[in-house]
Amino acid sequence: MKLNKFANLMVIGLVLTIAASGCRKKPVNTTVLPGSRAGRVAEAPPGGLLTPGTGVSTGEGVGSTPSGFPMNPAGSHQGWPEDAQALKAETVYFDFDSSAIKASEQSKITAVADYLKSNSAKAVRVEGNCDERGTEEYNRALGERRAQAVRAELINLGIDPTRVDTKTWGKDNPANDPGHDETAWRKNRRDDFIVLSPPGS
Amino acid sequence: MKPTNALLTKLCLLAAAAAASRLMAQVEIPVEKRIEIPGQARPILVSMSGLTGEAASTLQFDLYVQGFAFTNAQSAQYLISGSNNGNLQARVTDPHNKSTLVSKAYSGASLRRQVHAFADDFVQALGRKGIAQTKIACKGANGRTSEIYVTDFDGHNVQPVTKDNSIVAAPCWVPGHLALYYVSYKLDNADIFYHDLSTGARRAFARFGGSNIGPAVSPNGNHVAMVLSKDGWVDLYVSAAAGGDPKRLTRSPQDESSPCWSPDGNWICLAAKERERRMLCKVPASGGALKQIGTGGTPSPTEPDYSPDGKWIAYTAQYRSGFQICVVPAEGGAAVSLVEGEDPSWSPNSRTLAFCRRRGGGNYVLSLLDVPTKQYKDVSRISGISSQSQPSWAR
Repeated sequence: MKLNKFANLMVIGLVLTIAASGCRKKPVNTTVLPGSRAGRVAEAPPGGLLTPGTGVSTGEGVGSTPSGFPMNPAGSHQGWPEDAQALKAETVYFDFDSSAIKASEQSKITAVADYLKSNSAKAVRVEGNCDERGTEEYNRALGERRAQAVRAELINLGIDPTRVDTKTWGKDNPANDPGHDETAWRKNRRDDFIVLSPPGS
Repeated sequence: MKPTNALLTKLCLLAAAAAASRLMAQVEIPVEKRIEIPGQARPILVSMSGLTGEAASTLQFDLYVQGFAFTNAQSAQYLISGSNNGNLQARVTDPHNKSTLVSKAYSGASLRRQVHAFADDFVQALGRKGIAQTKIACKGANGRTSEIYVTDFDGHNVQPVTKDNSIVAAPCWVPGHLALYYVSYKLDNADIFYHDLSTGARRAFARFGGSNIGPAVSPNGNHVAMVLSKDGWVDLYVSAAAGGDPKRLTRSPQDESSPCWSPDGNWICLAAKERERRMLCKVPASGGALKQIGTGGTPSPTEPDYSPDGKWIAYTAQYRSGFQICVVPAEGGAAVSLVEGEDPSWSPNSRTLAFCRRRGGGNYVLSLLDVPTKQYKDVSRISGISSQSQPSWAR
């Protein structure tokens, strides 16, 4: 057994001798790397955007579907002056991780519908927000869901679907509260109403 | 290499292998194995001599996030030696069978890039693909504005992609191309853009009414899955990358988020909500019924990502105590919770995850996690940026 082990070591020794003389004699091979400009990314030029429309893009001509009320094409109210103050008191708040409209918030949506009925030229954008606790993309989807929930309610109350836009901020647009507790979170689980007026009105 | 040399090398290897196999019965020789249980592998011990300063710290990072740990020469399985006076010269030897795995000199680019190339040569010599010369795209935020950045995998070599002073989200690489899809609010709406990183040209890809979010490019680059609200619900759609009407794949009153593709391109996995419970689901990319992917009871799974080898799905679970990076077999089953963090993105070799960690004040820092060993380390931060999140690993 011991002898066997010794023989093995001898074999290895021999191999290494050959290896040392044969495999390692030459100077090390050199890998030449391309200059640091290679693989550089080009940032978008300032204001640089090809005109929308080359891809899937604007999506006009969407028929009605069994569920939901199809949206206006994006940019339908582009250039309409915005007023974030007019309906600030009607900001709708949600429970954690929920897009259900609470009974306490229903009267605010009714107030917004009444405002739109008496200002028939104006439109509104519902902006959904989330607190910082969820994951980022989950919150972005939840914010849109919250905006769509209020939009559907406005439509139920008789508002024309083309007058209600939506937007999600996820957790990227927190209310002005630097805290990271329930007091701050409560303020962020919300839908804001931005009033849009026709240009020149 | 000359034919005689090549032959000699082959003979050396053959003889060494034969000797090693005979020895196996008596002496324990550590053998590289693919560890199938995430988080339970021991790191491979290496020692380093001769390298200094940035070369040494770069190599330590590169190897640590690929499952190596540094120790003294006596305990090491592999010995790394070299010099970095000007250019890098380095070698890796195995003291147990006295073999040389790598012996190379590097020139050009920067010392840092030379070290990355050496780290990849070392890892390659052990039979896997290295990740030290890969790129990661991410979102970098400062207060309310954010931009897309591309960096080397370790956070160095920062290259801004956008300078819109707006909000961006969810960068996603086109597989095998220097191009990204991402969300930007630049046109006052959450729209999906395509950005060619070799020319800087970009165009709006999806700009429907409502929100256009969560772009995910199919493995062959021909399709884009995304979450749209154009029909008044927040649902999953898929569209040809060349354009055309998006096809609606889900019809749920709840929200769906974070689609990702199986590497064979047949399935799209996403975070969904059914009967008030969040779960991971998958749907055939050509349309069909939603199927749940079991995640072993880990709470509120979101942000799934298929590993490129198709074996695993990494995702974020939300515990009361915080978020955890988890992995589960791609077909569903027993999930493994690895470390605290969010939004994992697999490396091209299906071993390391880029993810983000909360570090107070609502800010994130990016980190890399070696899944088999659970070792993780933060990447270098972009200067002047308070939060980095949503990593997308180029693959």
